[in-house]
Amino acid sequence: MEEYKIELTVNDKKISGVAKPEESLLKFLRRNGFTEVKCGCEKGECGSCTVILNKKAVKSCIVLALQANHKEVWTVKGMEKLKLGRKLQESFVNHGAIQCGFCTAGMILTAKDYMEKNPIPDREEIKKAISGNLCRCTGYKKIVDAIYDVAVENKK
Amino acid sequence: MSEFKIVGKPVPRHDAWAKVTGELKYADDFSLPGMLFAKVLRSKYPAAKIIFINIAKAEQLDGVRAILTAKDVPHNETVTKFGQNTDVGKGFEGLYRVLADKKVRFMGEAVALVAAETEEIAEEALDLIEVKYEPLPGVFNPVEAMKSGAYLVGEGNTNIIGEFGTGQGDVKKGFTEAGIVIEDTYKVPFVDHAYLEPEAGISWIDDYGILTIRASTQVIEHFRDVADVLGLPHNKVRYIGTMMGGGFGGKEDITVETYLALLTWKTKKPVRLVYTREESILCHSKRHPFVMKYKVGAKKDGKLVALDAELISDAGAYPYLSPWVTLYATVNAAGPYCIPNVKVKSYCVLTNNTFTSANRGFGAPQPNFAYESIMDELSHKLNIDPLEIRSKNCLTTGKALATTGQVFKTYVALPEVAEKAWKALGEPAVCKDEDRKIGRGLAIGLMSYGRMTFLHDSSRCYVKLESDGSVLIRSGIPDLGGGQISLLCQIVAEELGVPMSQVKIYHSDTALTPLAGTTTATRQTYMSGNATLKAAREIKNRILKKAAEILNVNADADKLDILNQEIFVIYDKTQSIPLAKVVSACNSDGIELFCEAQFNAPYSVVPDLSNIRGMTFPDFTFGAQAVEIAVDTETGQVEILKLITCYDVGKAVNPLSVEGQMEGGSIYGMGYALTEEVILEKGITMTPSFAEYIIPTAADVPDVKAILVESGGGLGPYGAKGIGEPSCSIIAPAISNAIYDAIGIRIKSLPANPEKIIRALKKDYFKK
Repeated sequence: MEEYKIELTVNDKKISGVAKPEESLLKFLRRNGFTEVKCGCEKGECGSCTVILNKKAVKSCIVLALQANHKEVWTVKGMEKLKLGRKLQESFVNHGAIQCGFCTAGMILTAKDYMEKNPIPDREEIKKAISGNLCRCTGYKKIVDAIYDVAVENKK
Repeated sequence: MSEFKIVGKPVPRHDAWAKVTGELKYADDFSLPGMLFAKVLRSKYPAAKIIFINIAKAEQLDGVRAILTAKDVPHNETVTKFGQNTDVGKGFEGLYRVLADKKVRFMGEAVALVAAETEEIAEEALDLIEVKYEPLPGVFNPVEAMKSGAYLVGEGNTNIIGEFGTGQGDVKKGFTEAGIVIEDTYKVPFVDHAYLEPEAGISWIDDYGILTIRASTQVIEHFRDVADVLGLPHNKVRYIGTMMGGGFGGKEDITVETYLALLTWKTKKPVRLVYTREESILCHSKRHPFVMKYKVGAKKDGKLVALDAELISDAGAYPYLSPWVTLYATVNAAGPYCIPNVKVKSYCVLTNNTFTSANRGFGAPQPNFAYESIMDELSHKLNIDPLEIRSKNCLTTGKALATTGQVFKTYVALPEVAEKAWKALGEPAVCKDEDRKIGRGLAIGLMSYGRMTFLHDSSRCYVKLESDGSVLIRSGIPDLGGGQISLLCQIVAEELGVPMSQVKIYHSDTALTPLAGTTTATRQTYMSGNATLKAAREIKNRILKKAAEILNVNADADKLDILNQEIFVIYDKTQSIPLAKVVSACNSDGIELFCEAQFNAPYSVVPDLSNIRGMTFPDFTFGAQAVEIAVDTETGQVEILKLITCYDVGKAVNPLSVEGQMEGGSIYGMGYALTEEVILEKGITMTPSFAEYIIPTAADVPDVKAILVESGGGLGPYGAKGIGEPSCSIIAPAISNAIYDAIGIRIKSLPANPEKIIRALKKDYFKK
């Protein structure tokens, strides 16, 4: 089977690798050690595999690895380096917004991406923004609390 | 006890940062050199004879390293065990079959296993395995399956695999005293756990020939079951549990572990197996559908006089935990009510549907939907307020369960929780839109925490104080994501006066950590919490005794305490000594600063299953849920406007975690009420992805308001009760009762989806 070499930046670090045309970005990333990107359904339904690709949150299971060639990817491991990412991480920890943690990476990345565009969302806007990311543990309350708290901070 | 330092405080969990930074390794994040990839060939039919299996072509595929069928499994048929040490006999334990042999019983049943050098090759090999089936009629409805002459799912002469009875008084006589009798049949569907992490694990043989399995499981004690399948001594199989990406009971049965073990044993190579989402929905256990026939009689003043219930649960194709779940439902069938005359009869029946087993609530939510719907009917028919009718009949401290007669010696928070939940709804919403009808609903309930007492449950924990004053815990406890492990750290931090950051826990390893039992049955706070408390207090006593000696004060331990790794005299805080110094002194004197403690739950004998009486559970958690909803009468859509959850949790050791359970449990149950159903048509799953199996999203949910009652009356550490499962077991009837309040339609079959509501409203566009 044909394989193509691709180069991309993940969390501000250049990486390269080979990918088959049908390989998803999710599989490519996990195969290359970025296991913080979670696989929950491989159909774009759960949001666990969300990454930020060229400043847009995407579900990496429905993006081809080749589509990420020469692009910039952020996973949750890169969030510590970014002000908003770090704030969200802290807020999730302090609000108990994490239970099993499997959705957490995707939630934080979706929230970060959304708040870049809308830094002071209200609770209803937050709920809509993260509605593509499923969580089975928390009932979403503490996740919304955590994100809203960052919005309140942003307002100050 | 002086004031709490860490217990009762909303402290971040010990694992929170590892999760939020993506550092934590889940079951499928682990690789080993030379690892093979496994896939499972699954039956295409729900009921069929296997005529032959031909693996010749698949074996020849380059990169295929092993293909196994039933004949390759050393002990393909064993008995289902769930970590219990005691023999509870035929009433509960059933056949565990690893791979289908001669006959398949459900669609998706494992028929063959493949290990290959890549996932793609393994998948290709599945296509090359030829299986010749002869389809059989099968039976898909438990009521049909009970009839004589029905298709036999298994090899036995009946499909009924469990029968239970309980009750008191004389129901016949009871109904003659009733001023009103309500008779109805309620139904609940198959439900998937829908944890976000699909079943996953990896296995290898270590340097000493030990078969090691690292998997996402609620029950590391399954190492014994895997050993039995392979015919190995139990000490030659080791389980390492990972932090789970959710479980909800679905990782209580063996999932990938036996398959991994067989393939590793055959190839001597590390093997990884991860289910796809579709595979997870098709092939792992589901929540039991129940058909529940209820007859309830009350006097005109609303006082309950008699309850007669027949419960039929669909076990699916194999027993797994079905008899146990049905027993839970039987004991719970009369709810938290005082009823003098009760008769409950229940059956657990095999069908050719996907097998059913544990799912958060374990037989409590099903009868709760039935009896709380009926209480609502009574409330409307007798024109008595929903809160009043419940207050009039509910259990209170000192009263006994109307089914088994188990007496409640500790505080029963009824009707307190109901009053609080109902009141918290506040002012009713006003809606000017004529098509949107507002309604309110209330439901109360109870659920046990801790395993059935005849299982003789126990948990162990090891605590050790290091020479620098830091602490190490070893516990076999698995963590579902509920914070089970962090709770143990918090207890030790509290008792030994060290910050959480100075407590390190090693967990979920059958070789190296004392077995703490299963993370099921809402038992870990209670069981492992107590074991940990016992171990920590033993060490605390030793250290304070030594400190008293050094400080030359009265040796009564209650005169001293530890805070921030400093031991001080309570009545004179100027007298103090660093913890590390006392540890050093203890070490010099040979005083042991480690302790492995065991906590035992109360024991009872296996009851007479046809007439279950007396204690079957250590204790119960009581709760109430109240909702305000809006029903769109044009679309049938139900919107939850307010959702109140109020439970007596005894003591919230970590309020963040307890609220998390109550909020999450409410929404888990909201899915059950409104959207979730694994639809099976003649045994074929029609909802194999999250596009068809609809769980609530953030946009669907209200901000749940959790009200915690802390009576201190629980059997857990500091008076805590369990909350994990009780939290999801009451919400469904609260919602369906609100639907009745809004539009006058009684939902008797869950889920209350828009289609059902619209049809019930008899909208014109359905008349054709």
